[in-house]
Amino acid sequence: MTDYRQKYQMTPVIGWLLKDRGGMILLGILIAAAILVPASNLLLPESSAFHVPTWMVSLLGKYLCYALLALSVDLIWGFCGILSLGHGAFFALGGYAMGMYLMRQIGDRGVYGDPILPDFMVFLNWQELPWYWYGFDMFWFAIVMAMFVPGLLAFVFGFLAFRSRVTGVYLSIITQAMTYALLLAFFRNDMGFGGNNGLTDFKDLLGYSLQSDGTRAGLFVASCVFLGICYTVARGITQSRLGKVLIAIRDAESRVRFTGYRVEYYKLFVFTVSAVMAGIAGALYVPQVGIINPGEFAPALSIEIVIWVAVGGRGTLYGAVLGAFIVNYAKTFFTGAMPDFWLFFLGGLFIAVTLFLPKGVIGAIPAFGSTDRQSLFTTWRKRRANEGGKA
Amino acid sequence: MRNDMFSVLRRSPFSLAKTRDVALRLGAMIACLALLVIATPNSAQAFSDEELRNIAEQLNDKSATKKVAVIEEMAADGDPRVAPILKAMLDGDLYVRDSDEHVVIATKKGKVFTHIDIVSGEEVGESSSKELSKIKINNRLRGALRDALATLNLFSPDLNIRSAAVEQIMDARDPAMLPLLLRAIDREEDETLLARMELAQATMALAAGDTTEERLSAIDVLASETTPQIRAVLSQFVASAEAEGYEPEVVAAAEDALASVEGRLSTWQTIGDVYRGISLGSVLLLAAVGLAITFGVMGVINMAHGEMIMIGAYTTFMVQQALGSILPSGSAWSLVISVPAAFLVAGAVGVVIERSVIRFLYGRPLETLLATWGVSLVLQQAIRTIFGATNQQVTAPDFMSGAIEFSTGLVLTYNRLWIILFSIIVVAGIAAVLRYTAFGLQMRAVTQNRRMAGSVGIRTGYVDALTFGLGSGIAGIAGVALSQISNVSPNLGQTYIIDSFMVVVFGGVGNLWGTVLGAFSLGIVNKFLEPMAGAVLAKIFVLIALILFIQKRPKGLFALKGRAVEA
Repeated sequence: MTDYRQKYQMTPVIGWLLKDRGGMILLGILIAAAILVPASNLLLPESSAFHVPTWMVSLLGKYLCYALLALSVDLIWGFCGILSLGHGAFFALGGYAMGMYLMRQIGDRGVYGDPILPDFMVFLNWQELPWYWYGFDMFWFAIVMAMFVPGLLAFVFGFLAFRSRVTGVYLSIITQAMTYALLLAFFRNDMGFGGNNGLTDFKDLLGYSLQSDGTRAGLFVASCVFLGICYTVARGITQSRLGKVLIAIRDAESRVRFTGYRVEYYKLFVFTVSAVMAGIAGALYVPQVGIINPGEFAPALSIEIVIWVAVGGRGTLYGAVLGAFIVNYAKTFFTGAMPDFWLFFLGGLFIAVTLFLPKGVIGAIPAFGSTDRQSLFTTWRKRRANEGGKA
Repeated sequence: MRNDMFSVLRRSPFSLAKTRDVALRLGAMIACLALLVIATPNSAQAFSDEELRNIAEQLNDKSATKKVAVIEEMAADGDPRVAPILKAMLDGDLYVRDSDEHVVIATKKGKVFTHIDIVSGEEVGESSSKELSKIKINNRLRGALRDALATLNLFSPDLNIRSAAVEQIMDARDPAMLPLLLRAIDREEDETLLARMELAQATMALAAGDTTEERLSAIDVLASETTPQIRAVLSQFVASAEAEGYEPEVVAAAEDALASVEGRLSTWQTIGDVYRGISLGSVLLLAAVGLAITFGVMGVINMAHGEMIMIGAYTTFMVQQALGSILPSGSAWSLVISVPAAFLVAGAVGVVIERSVIRFLYGRPLETLLATWGVSLVLQQAIRTIFGATNQQVTAPDFMSGAIEFSTGLVLTYNRLWIILFSIIVVAGIAAVLRYTAFGLQMRAVTQNRRMAGSVGIRTGYVDALTFGLGSGIAGIAGVALSQISNVSPNLGQTYIIDSFMVVVFGGVGNLWGTVLGAFSLGIVNKFLEPMAGAVLAKIFVLIALILFIQKRPKGLFALKGRAVEA
C-alpha cells in the first residue's frame, strides 16, 4: 500500500486504479471492446467468422448503458446503503433529454413536415413549442440537460429526504412513489412529451444517420468511454476519504452522525452524482434503441436494476457491470427462447441471490471475494446456534 | 402515435354524432310545421286505416328528407299503431310487398319471411325475400326514427316507457316537443310522472314561453329542483339571455334560481366526493391492512402482498367455478364461501413464503424487499401460466349489483356500499383478534419489544409465521372484495401494491388506526382533487404530497415511540 503511494505520489489516481484488480480488468475489457467491436463490424466482411453484426453492436451498446445504470445504483446502495427503487426515473429523464434533441433533429422530415413542432404536437393541434422544449435543438444543451435534470431532481428529492432522516425501506418506498408519479405524469399527453407513445422515429444525431453502421459503432464506443469514465469517477469517490465516510454511513449511520459528520450532505452528494450517471446512461441508451417512452419510469424496472447489482455483487462497482450484463443477457435469451419462463427466472434470481449469494457472482469468485464468503444462510444458522433459540 | 391520430379524427367536426344532430334539428323543424299544418285542425288523434296505409307507403320515398318528414308526421299523431312500424323500420324489418305495394313488417322465420300487416297487426302471409323490397334507412333516418319513437313513447300504455320518454325529452329540450308534451300532460294520471312532465314543460317554457308570467312561473318550478339537468337548462338560458333579448326581470329571476340550484348541487357534489373518497379509502384499507400488520409487527416489507390479493381474487374465481353447477347464478353463497377460502389459501401461501424465504432475512429489510419482489414475480407468472393472461370473469351476486340513484346526480352503487361495510367488518375483526386473543397479545408484545417478548417465553418465530399468514390471509380476503370491482388478472396485485405502501407509510407503522385514517384520508383527498385536476393529476398530487409528508413525519402519522423504532 505504502509503496504505491510513494511511487505514484503525483498521480494518485493511477495508484488506486492499479490496486483495483477488478477495475483494471473491466477497463481493459472496455478499451478492447471499444476498439475491436467497431473494427470488426466496420472493417471485416460480413462473411467473416469474426464479423460482429450491427444488431449485436447495438445490443452490446444497450447492455453498456444498463451497466452504467447499475454502476450508479451500486454507488449509492453498495457504498452508502441507499436503496433507491426509483433510479429508472433518472435514467428515463436523461433519455427524454436526449430524445427531445433527436426529435428536434427530425425537423421537417416528420410525417406532418412541420419544421419546428414534433409530429405528436401537430397531432394534438399545438401551435407552438412549449418553453421547456427550447434549446433542445442544440446538442450540447441536450447533453447538459440529460445530466442537469436528473441531478436537480435527485438534489431536491435527496435534500428533502436526507435532511429529515428518511432512511431504509421508507426511502425505498418514496423513491418508488417518485418514479410512479413521474410515470403517471409522462403518460399524460398534456405534458408535452409524447404521452403514451413517448418519443421515437428519430432520424439522426449530430448529422449522422442513426441507422448507419458507423453511427451505431460510434455510439457503442461512446458508451464504452462513458462507462469507463464513470467507473473511474465512482471508484475515485469510494477510494477517497469521502468514500470512507460513505461506507461508515452504510454500516452505522447514527454513529457517524454522532461522530460529528453531516451525514445528509454526504448522502446528498453521492445520490446526486449517481443520478447524473443514470441520466448519462439514459442519454446514451435512447439513440441506440431508438425510442423512449413512459414505460421506462415503471417501478418494476427500477427494482430490476437493483437485482442486476445484487447478482453481480453489491459494493464492488465492477460487479454491478457484470451483473447488468448477466441478467440482461439472460433476459434477451429467455424472452426470445421461452418468454413464459423469464419471470420465473427473474423472480427466482431475486430470491436465490438474496438468500444464497449476498455478495453476488463476484463474491463467489475466490480471487475477488473477501475472506468472509459465508452465505446468508450460513450466517443465519450460526446466529441461530449462538442464540440457542429455536426461532 | 397511430392511436393519437384516431382520437383526433374522432374529435373532428365531421363526426357522425354531429350529422345526426343536424338531422334531428331539421326533423324537429319539419315536425313543427307538420304539427301546425296537419295536427292542429284535426284534433281526432288517430289515423283512419286508409290514412295510415297511405302515409306508411310514403316511407318508401326516395328522398331521405321526405322520409324524415313522413316519420315526424306519423309520430306527431300519437296513434298507438305507429310505434311498431317505426320500430320495425329502425330495425330494418319494414318492407314493401312487391305484389300489392303494401307496406308490411316482415320477420324471418326459417327460410321464409312472415308478413305482418301494419294496420291490423295480424299475420297476412309469407314469402321469400325475393318478393319483398326493403325500405332503406341511413344514419340520419335512424336519428329521426329514434326521436319519433321517443315522442310516441309518451303515449305508451306502459308507465316505464312513458317516464323514459319524458326523461329523453327533458334531455333534448326541443321546443317542438312542447305541444306533444302538453297533450301528454292532459292524459297523464300518474302523479310522479306528471310532476316530471311539468318540470319538462317548464324547461321548455323557459325559452319557448310567450309571456313574462309564463317564464317566471317556469323559473319558479325549476328553482325548486336540484339536478344537474336543471342547472344546465338555467345556465343555458342565462347565457343566451342577451342574444335572445329576454325581459330583465326574467333574467334576474333565472340568475337567482341558477345560484340557488348551484348552491344545493355543490353540497350534493361534496357529499358525492366524500362518498367516493370513502369508497376508494375502503378499497385502499382492505388492500393495505394486511401489509400494515406484516410491516408493523415484523418490519418486513412484503412486495408480494399484491399477489396475495390476486390469489384471493383467483380463489373467488375458483370457488365460483366449482360451485357454478350447484348454485344458481347470482347466488351470494359462492362469495360467502370465498371469504374463508381466500383467507386460508392466501394465508397458507404466506406461511410458506415466510418459512421458506423471509425468516432467513430478518433484520435485513432491504434484502427482504428484494426477495419478496422475486416471490411476487414468480407468483404472477405462475398464475399467468395456470390461468392465462386474460381477465377472468367473476360474476357479482344479485345483492351487489344495482345502485341507489338520487335525482341530484349522486349514485351509490351497491357493490361499493358492500365493500365499505366489508372493510369495516374486516378491520373490526382484526382489531378484535389483536385485542382479545392470546395470539393478538403475543403479536403486540413482539411488536413492542421483540427480545423482551422472547425472554418471557413467546415463540417469536412462531408468532412471525402466524402474523405473516394473518397478513397474507387478510390480503386474500381483500382479493375477494376487489374481484367485484376490478379485473381479475395476474396483474391485479400490481395495481394496488404502491397504493397500499403509501397508506401504510402515511398512517405509520404498527398502528391499525393509523392505517384506517391513512386509507380514508388518502381516498378522500384523491377524490376531492379529481374533479379539479383529473384522475391522473390528482394521483400525482397525492404522491407528491405524500413524499413531502414523509419529510415532515418520517415515520408516518402515528409513529411508534421509543427504542422499538430503531431496532
